[in-house]
Amino acid sequence: MGDKTMTADEAVARLESGMTLGIGGWGSRRKPMALVRALLRSPVTDLTVVSYGGPDVGMLAAAGRIRRLVAPFATLDSIPLEPHFRAARESGSLDLTEIDEAMFMWGLRAAAHRLPFLPVRAGLGSDVMRVNPGLRTVTSPYADGSTGAYETFVAMPALRLDAALVHVNRADRAGNGQYLGPDPYFDDLFCEAAGTAYLSCERLVDTAELTKAAPPQTLLVKRLHVSGVVEAPGGAHFTSCAPDHERDEAFQRLYASLPWAEFAERFLTGDEQAYRTAVRTWHEETRDRRGEDRP
Amino acid sequence: MSDTVPPASSAQPTSSAQPTPPTSPARSASSAPPASSASSAASGGARAAVTRAEYCVIACAEAWRGDGEVLASPMGLVPSLGARLARATFAPDLLLTDGEAMLIGADGSPEGWLPYRQHLALVTGGRRHVMMGASQLDRFGNQNISCVGDWRRPARQLLGVRGGPVNTLNNPVSYWIPRHSARVFVEKVDLIGGVGYDSAAAAGPTATRFHRLPRVVSNLGVFDFATPDHSMRLASLHPGVTVEEVVAATGFELVLPDEVPYTREPSPAELDLIRGALDPRGLRDREVGD
Repeated sequence: MGDKTMTADEAVARLESGMTLGIGGWGSRRKPMALVRALLRSPVTDLTVVSYGGPDVGMLAAAGRIRRLVAPFATLDSIPLEPHFRAARESGSLDLTEIDEAMFMWGLRAAAHRLPFLPVRAGLGSDVMRVNPGLRTVTSPYADGSTGAYETFVAMPALRLDAALVHVNRADRAGNGQYLGPDPYFDDLFCEAAGTAYLSCERLVDTAELTKAAPPQTLLVKRLHVSGVVEAPGGAHFTSCAPDHERDEAFQRLYASLPWAEFAERFLTGDEQAYRTAVRTWHEETRDRRGEDRP
Repeated sequence: MSDTVPPASSAQPTSSAQPTPPTSPARSASSAPPASSASSAASGGARAAVTRAEYCVIACAEAWRGDGEVLASPMGLVPSLGARLARATFAPDLLLTDGEAMLIGADGSPEGWLPYRQHLALVTGGRRHVMMGASQLDRFGNQNISCVGDWRRPARQLLGVRGGPVNTLNNPVSYWIPRHSARVFVEKVDLIGGVGYDSAAAAGPTATRFHRLPRVVSNLGVFDFATPDHSMRLASLHPGVTVEEVVAATGFELVLPDEVPYTREPSPAELDLIRGALDPRGLRDREVGD
C-alpha cells in the first residue's frame, strides 16, 4: 500500500485546465473546501464542474474558473440562493447543464459502471429537455408487465469525470476514506465515476484505527479510486462536516454578503494556514464588536 | 427534492380526501362570513381564534390523508407542521425525516436511515408524497424554482430545478405557496421544473403513468386539478378570504365551482397540538402572508 499523502497544492497541481471535475458533498455540506481553496490558488481554469452545488460552485464561478457547470441546483442550505452562482448566471458568464437531482445521480452511476447511459423516468415533460437539446430518449425493448406498453425513457448520459474532489472525516495514508456523519452524500460515487480522486480528511489515522470505534459501513471511499490523500482539519469550512464541526453560519453569512473581491482579498490571498488565521481573526473581531455593543 | 403513492391510490380522485365542510358560501364576497365568527364557533370560546396560518397547517395536513405508510416530504415550515399534525392524528403510518438523513418517530427519536441516495431511490419507487414550494405555478400545475426570465441569461437565477422533474413523474406532488399573488400564480412559468398535467400529457404515457398533483395550498385557500382538462380549481377558501381576493391574486383564470366550501376548522385537539407540541413559538405566522 503506497503512501498517497500530499498537500492540497500538490493535489491540485495534478489537475489541468479544461478538465471535468466532480466535487463531492451536497449544497453547503461536507464540501472539499480546502481543495477548492487550493484550486483557487492554482492557475487551473476552464473547468467543467459537476456538483450538487454549494459554495464550491459559487467560489469557482466568482473566480471565473468554470466554463460549464453541470448541476441540479446551487444553494447554501441555510441561505437558499448561492450569491455568486446567481451573479454568474445573471451576467451570462456561466454555461449551465441543468439537470434533475436524480438524473445527476444516474449520470454518475452510468459513468461508474462504464455504461454510456442509464434510462430514467425523469426529465420528460420538463424544460430539462428544452435546455439540454442533446438529451436523447430510449424505448424499453421489454413490454411492461402490467400495461404491456414499451415505455420510452430519458437516456441519461454518463457523467464521466477526469477527477473527483471529496472531503471525509477520516482517511488512512493509502486513501481509504471514512465518513462519520449521518449522510455519505454521493462521495463514493463521484470517486467511482472519476479517472482519479483526491481525498481530503479532517484527520489522517492508521488503517487499523478506522474500524476501532466505527462500524465497517462507514468506510465509504476505497483506496483503489484515490490518487492523493490530503490531511485538512477544518477542510470543509465553512460548510458542515458532522460530527467534526457544524456549518460556520456566521462566516457563511459573511461570505454571502461581502462582495467577492473583498472576501477573496481578506481570506483567500494566502495558504490554508493563512485562511484559518484570517477566519479566526474575523470571529474574534466580531465577538469583540458584539461585546462593545452590549449595554 | 425530496416523494410517492402506490398506483392503486394514485388513480383515486384527489377530492376524496377532502372532508365535507360545514359551510358552503356562494361565490359572492358578501356571503363569506368573517374568519373570527367561523373560528370561534369551533374553538369553544376558551381558545384564541383560529389564525390564517393555522388553517394553512390544517389544509397542508389534509394533503397526506389516506396516503398510508409512505414518506411525507414537506418543504417549508407550514407543510412540516401539517405533516407532523397528520401523523399525530389521522395519518399515523406516515414516515417523516429530520431534514437530514434520519427518519424520526413521533417523539423525535430515529426509526430509520434515509440518506440522499436512498431518498432519490424512494422517489422513483413511488412510496412518497412531497409538498414542494414554487416561485411560479401555472394553471396546469407546472412549477418553476429555477429562474425568472430567459433561461440562457435569467433576470433572476433561483435554486435550479432540484428534484422537480423526477418528483412529479414518480410520486404525488402537492405545492405550498405562503404568499398567493399573480407573480406566483402565472399564466405560463418561465421554466418547467415540476411537470404539470398538460406537459405530462404532451410527453406521453411514461410521464403520465405515476403523475399526480393532489393539491395546492396557499395562504388564501386550497386548489386542485379535479376538472375535465386538469386546469386548476378553487377547492376551498380559508375562512376570512373571498373568492374575489383569490381571483385578483391569481394570474390566470381559475375554475370556480358554483359552491366554494371553506377549509375545514381544526378540532380543539388539533389546535392544542399546533400551538403546543408542534409550534409553541408561533413561527408559522411568520411564513404565511395575510
